[in-house]
Amino acid sequence: MPRKLPALTGDNRAFWQGGENNALLIHRCSACTRYFHPPSPVCPACNSFEVGPQAVSGKGQVASFTINHQPWTPELQEPFVIAIVELVEQAGLRFVSNIEGIPVTDVFIGMPVRVHFQQEDDVWLPLFVKD
Amino acid sequence: MFDRLYEKDVAITGIGQSEVGRPSQLSAMRLTADACLEAIADAGLTRDEIDGVACWPGDNNNGDSFSPVGPNALKNALGLNVNWFGGGYEGPGPLAGIINGVMAIASGMCRNVLVFRTITESSTRQHNKQASALTNKTQGRDSSFAWQWYTPFNVLSAANLMAMYAQRHFHDYGTTSEQLAQIALTCRRNAELNPKAVYRTPMSMDDYMQSRMISTPLRMFDCDVHCDASTAIILSRRDAAKDGRNPPIRIEAMGAALNQPWSWDQISLTQGAAFDVGRMMWARTDLKPKDVGSAQLYDGFSILTMIWLEALGLCPVGESGRFVEGGQRIALDGELPLNTNGGQLSGGRTHGLGYVHEACLQLWGRADKRQIADHQVAVTAAGGGPLGGSLLLVRD
Repeated sequence: MPRKLPALTGDNRAFWQGGENNALLIHRCSACTRYFHPPSPVCPACNSFEVGPQAVSGKGQVASFTINHQPWTPELQEPFVIAIVELVEQAGLRFVSNIEGIPVTDVFIGMPVRVHFQQEDDVWLPLFVKD
Repeated sequence: MFDRLYEKDVAITGIGQSEVGRPSQLSAMRLTADACLEAIADAGLTRDEIDGVACWPGDNNNGDSFSPVGPNALKNALGLNVNWFGGGYEGPGPLAGIINGVMAIASGMCRNVLVFRTITESSTRQHNKQASALTNKTQGRDSSFAWQWYTPFNVLSAANLMAMYAQRHFHDYGTTSEQLAQIALTCRRNAELNPKAVYRTPMSMDDYMQSRMISTPLRMFDCDVHCDASTAIILSRRDAAKDGRNPPIRIEAMGAALNQPWSWDQISLTQGAAFDVGRMMWARTDLKPKDVGSAQLYDGFSILTMIWLEALGLCPVGESGRFVEGGQRIALDGELPLNTNGGQLSGGRTHGLGYVHEACLQLWGRADKRQIADHQVAVTAAGGGPLGGSLLLVRD
C-alpha cells in the first residue's frame, strides 16, 4: 500500500529511522525520567533539555482502533486497521500506527501488540502485530 | 477565580447567512458579502459602525476551500474602516472568531465586530474528485505539525481519528450504533423543516444502518456534508447596542480552555479538549446546565456531539448514548432540542458559526417551521479532539 512519508527533521529522525537497527526509539527526559511523544527538544513535563531517544520494548496494547473502509485514494487497499497503540513503558505513551497480520475484525481494545518495522525509502515505519 | 467576566459586556445583535450551496454558483467573496451585509443590517447598523472584523481561520491556512476569504480581503471588499481585525488557524476551534471578537470589544478596541466563516468545500471537491482533503496534498513529504504522525499510517481523514474516539466510547460506556444513529436521525428530521438544509429527505434507522461504513463504527451519515456557505455574526458592546430588530443576546459565558496536548492521539480519547472547555464555561456563570433550553453542538462527526453533551454537563459522563436513545429528549419538542437546523450532518458543514446563527434564530423566535418553545438560554459548542470552544447565550 502506498504511504505518504514524513519529512525527517532533527527532532523526529530517531523515531522514523530506529527501525534500521530494529529499535523503537522514543524520546525520554533524563531529568524527570518520563517518556514523551511526539519527540521534541524539550520535555513537556518538566521543560528540561536533557532529552533524547531511547529504545523501548516495542510492546504495547491497542488503546483504540478503527477499520478503515473508505478508499480515500485509488491506491488504498481497504479494509485496514488504524490503531492508537499505548506502549507498556508508561501510561498514556502512545502513537497512531497500523495493526497487521490478523483479520481486521479480530482486533480489539486491550489487545497486546508488538512492533515490527517496514522500510519505505529511508523510513522504517513502526507497525504492530498481535503479541 | 475570575475577577471580572468581560464577555458579559458583549452581545450578539445581528446574524446573516448566504445561500447554502452544494455547490453554489456564487464566488466565495460573494457568499461572504451576502452573509456580512445581511448581518450588519440585521443588527440595525451601517457598515461605518463596524470597527472590527474577525474570522477563524484566516486566509488559506488549510487550502482555499476550507477558508477562502480572510479578514483582509473582506475588509477591502466591503470598504470597512476598522480598528482591529484578525484571523489565523491557531485558536479554540470554529468559535475562535467570536471569542477573539469578544476580547477585542472587551478591551475597548472595538464597539461592533463582524465575525464571519466562509467555506467552499463543495465546489472545490466538484473540481477535484479526491475524497479526502489530506490526499490533495500528495506532493512531497508531510511535515505538518500534527498530520506527519498520522498520514504515514494511511490516516487520510479526520474520520479515522474520530472513529477511534467513537470506538473507545463504545468500549468504555457501552454506547451502541443505534444510539449514535440518533444524532444523525435527529439532524435529518430537523433539516426537513429547514429550507436551506442540504439533505431534506426523511431518513430511517434502516437507512442509517445500511449506509456505507467509512471507518468503524462511523458510517457515512455520521460524517457531515460539505457545502458552500458563509455565516456572519455581529458582536456589539452591550451599552452600544442599538434598538435594532433584535433584543441583544448576551454572551453569558465563553469556554476555551485547552489544557491537553494539541494532538489528535495524545488526548483523552473519550473527552478530548471539550471537557476543559465545559469546565471553564460553567466557572464563568451562575447558570447551570439545567437552565439550557436548546443546544447546537458540533457534529462534524456524530460522536463529537455525544462528547459535547457530556462535556457541557447536559448529561452525565458516559451517558450520552442513553440520553439520546430513542431521540425524544433531543427532538424539537423534547427537553433539550439539539441541532435544530439539521446541524452539519444534514444542514451542511457551515463549520461552527452555523450553530450560533441557529441558536440566535431560536432565541429570537425566528426559526419558522422548526421553531422550538420559547426559552432564554442556549448553548453552542464547536470543535473536536484537541480544540474546542463554547458559548452560553442568553436573550435579554
